[in-house]
Amino acid sequence: MDTNVPRTPPRKSATFDDYTLAEIRRAASTGIYDIRGAGTKRKVPHFDDLLFLGASISRYPLEGYREKCGTDVVLGSRFAKKPLELKIPITIAGMSFGSLSAQAKEALGRGASAAGTSTTTGDGGMTPEERGQSRHLVYQYLPSRYGMNPDDLRKADAIEVVVGQGAKPGGGGMLLGQKISDRVAQMRCLPKGIDQRSACRHPDWTGPDDLEIKIHELREITSWEKPIYVKVGGTRPYYDVALAVKAGADVVVLDGMQGGTAATQDVFIEHVGLPTLACLRPAVKALQDLGMHRKVQLIISGGIRSGADVAKALALGADAVAIGTAALVALGDNDPIHEEEYRKLGTTAGAYDDWHEGRDPAGITTQDPVLAARLDPVKAGRRLSNYLKVMTLEAQTVARACGKSHLHNLEPEDLCALTVEAAAMAQVPLAGTSWIPGRGGY
Amino acid sequence: MHELDLKALGVTAINQKLYHIPKDTNERHWVIRNPMGQHAIACGVDAPLLIDIMGHVGFYCGGMNKEAEITIHGHAGVGVAENMMSGIVWVKGNASESAGATANGGLLVIEGDASSRCGISMKGVDIVVGGSVGHMSAFMAQRGNLVVCGDAGEALGDSIYEARLYVKGRADNLGSDCIEKEMREEHLEDLAKLLDRAKMKHRPQDFRRYGSARKLYNFNVDHADAY
Ligand SMILES: Cc1cc2nc3c(=O)[nH]c(=O)nc-3n(C[C@H](O)[C@H](O)[C@H](O)COP(=O)(O)O)c2cc1C
Repeated sequence: MDTNVPRTPPRKSATFDDYTLAEIRRAASTGIYDIRGAGTKRKVPHFDDLLFLGASISRYPLEGYREKCGTDVVLGSRFAKKPLELKIPITIAGMSFGSLSAQAKEALGRGASAAGTSTTTGDGGMTPEERGQSRHLVYQYLPSRYGMNPDDLRKADAIEVVVGQGAKPGGGGMLLGQKISDRVAQMRCLPKGIDQRSACRHPDWTGPDDLEIKIHELREITSWEKPIYVKVGGTRPYYDVALAVKAGADVVVLDGMQGGTAATQDVFIEHVGLPTLACLRPAVKALQDLGMHRKVQLIISGGIRSGADVAKALALGADAVAIGTAALVALGDNDPIHEEEYRKLGTTAGAYDDWHEGRDPAGITTQDPVLAARLDPVKAGRRLSNYLKVMTLEAQTVARACGKSHLHNLEPEDLCALTVEAAAMAQVPLAGTSWIPGRGGY
Repeated sequence: MHELDLKALGVTAINQKLYHIPKDTNERHWVIRNPMGQHAIACGVDAPLLIDIMGHVGFYCGGMNKEAEITIHGHAGVGVAENMMSGIVWVKGNASESAGATANGGLLVIEGDASSRCGISMKGVDIVVGGSVGHMSAFMAQRGNLVVCGDAGEALGDSIYEARLYVKGRADNLGSDCIEKEMREEHLEDLAKLLDRAKMKHRPQDFRRYGSARKLYNFNVDHADAY
C-alpha cells in the first residue's frame, strides 16, 4: 500500500453510532428488548432553556432573608372536605413498594414529612412503614389495583387515580420475578418469583365518562373528604387536563417524558410522550379556558431537579411539582461511594439504571434484605428533607429577585427562553427579543 | 327491617347511613327502594349488614364491600362488587362489564348473564354466574374461582395467573396461556360447594376446568407471539 496517499480517517456513522451498534448486538444476542429504570436520557428542551429576568427599574425585588416569600400550597380545594395543606410546593411522586425497598419508602415518608410535604404510594399498595412516617400520604389507584383495599383508601390523605406516567404513557408495568419477595408477593396476591405485569388500562372503566363515575365511587367510599388527583402522562395535555377536570378531579398530575420509571422498555422511555416543558402551557391553558386555573391544582413532574426548575414550573402556571428520581438521588441512589460495586454490575455511578434487577448497591431499588438494610431510613430521610429545603430556598431566592412575595406569584412574564424551541413550548419570548414563536402569526 | 328511599335521600345520604350503623346494633336488615340505576349504591360498606336493593343499579354497586350481604333485585351496571374484600353480592338479574373486577374475597353471584371482563384481575373472590360471560372474562385473573354455568366468550382467562375457571357450556376460545386442566376430586368438591353456596342446581361433573399453563410467568422471547 502506498503510504503517501492521503487517507481519510476512520469515520463512524452518526446514524449507526457506537451506542446504536452495541444495542443491535445486545438485541441480537439476547432476543429481548432493553428494560431499565429512570427517565429519558436523550436531551430534550427543558427548564434549563429558560431564564428568569429578575428585577430592574420597572420591577423591584424583595429583600432576601427579610421580606417574606410564601411557599405553601393547598391541594384539592375544589370538592374535598379535607384538602392537603403543604408547606412547600414540592411533593414526592408515586413510587411503588416493590420497586423500592421498605426502607426507601420509609425514608421518603420521613423526608417529606420533615419538609412539610406529601409522599405517594405506588403500584403495590400502602405499607405501614410509609403510612406511619408520612404526614401527608397520597394513595395511588392504579389499573393493577395491587394491594387496593377500602381500609387503606380511608387511611390515605388523598387519592391519585393513575391513568398514565410520563416515562410510558399508554404502557403498563412489569416487576420482574427477582424483585418479588414474600412480602411483595403477598401484597399483590400473586406467587413469589414470577414476573408481575401491571395492566395499562383500568379494569372497570374506560374513557372520561366512566372516570367521572369512578371518581364519584371513590368519593362516596371516603365520604367526600379526600382530594382526588388524576395523573396522566404527557401526551395530549390540553385535552387530558380538560377531561380530568370534567371528570371531577381536584388535582391533575401531569408527568412529562423525562419522568422516571422503575422498569420500562428503553424504546418506550425514549420515544413516547412529550417533554415536560412542552406539557405545561397547554395544561395551564386548558385550566384557564375552563375557568379552573388555581381552582383545580396542577402538579407537574418529569425531570425536576432544583429550586430553579420549581420556580420555572410555577411561573408557567403549575401549582406544585413532584419529584421521583431526584428524591432517590437525595436518598443515596447512584452515589459514587458505591463505585466499585457499580463497576461489578457493568456500569458506573450516575449511569446505573438497572433498577428492575433488584441489585442496587445503595439499597433503594431492591427487595434483597441485605442490600436494603444498607439504607438507614432516618439518615436518608434527613438527606431528603435537607434537599427539599434547599430547593425551596432556591425557588424563594429567584422569586424574591423577581419581586414576588409568594412562589405562586411568579408568572410567564418573569421568563425568557434561550432557544427558539423552548420559546415556542413555554410561550415566553426568545431572550433579548419580544418574539414568542406562534404568536402574532409568526 | 328498615327502609331507605333513594329517590328521597340520594346515594350519598344512604351510603353515609350504612357506614355509620353502630357495630353492635341489631338493626342489620336494610332495604333500599327506588335505586333508579344510580351509581355507587352501597359501595364501601364495612359491616355485616343485610342489604336488599329493590331494582336496577348503575356502576360499582357493592364496590369494595366488606362483610355485607347485598342483594340486587334487578340488573347491575359496570363493576358490580369491584374490589370486594368479603361478604356477598347477589345479582338477581344480569350484570354489565367487569363484574367482580379485582375483587379480593367474598362471593359474587349473578343469576343471569355477565358481560365482558367478568372477574378481570380477580384476586381471590369466588364468582358464580348462572348464565354466560362475555369476552375477556378472567383476564389476568390472579386468584379465586370463576364458575360459569352457561358459555364463556372469547379469550377466556387471557394471561391468567392462579385463578380457577369452571365452565359448563362452551369455552371455545381461550386467551393466551389459558388451558383446559384436569378436573380432579378436589376440584369437583370445591365446585360442588360453590354451586351450593350460589344455590345453582348443576352437576359438577358437567363442568370443565381451565387455568394457567404458566408459560408466561417469566418472560421468554420464544413466547413473545403469545402476547
Ligand atoms: C423507582 C420509580 C418507581 C415509580 N413507580 C411509579 C408508580 O408506582 N406509579 C406511578 O404513577 N408512577 C411511578 N413512577 C413515576 C413517578 O411517580 C414520577 O412520575 C416520576 O418519577 C417523575 O419524574 P422524575 O423521576 O424525573 O422526578 C416511578 C418512578 C420511579 C423512579
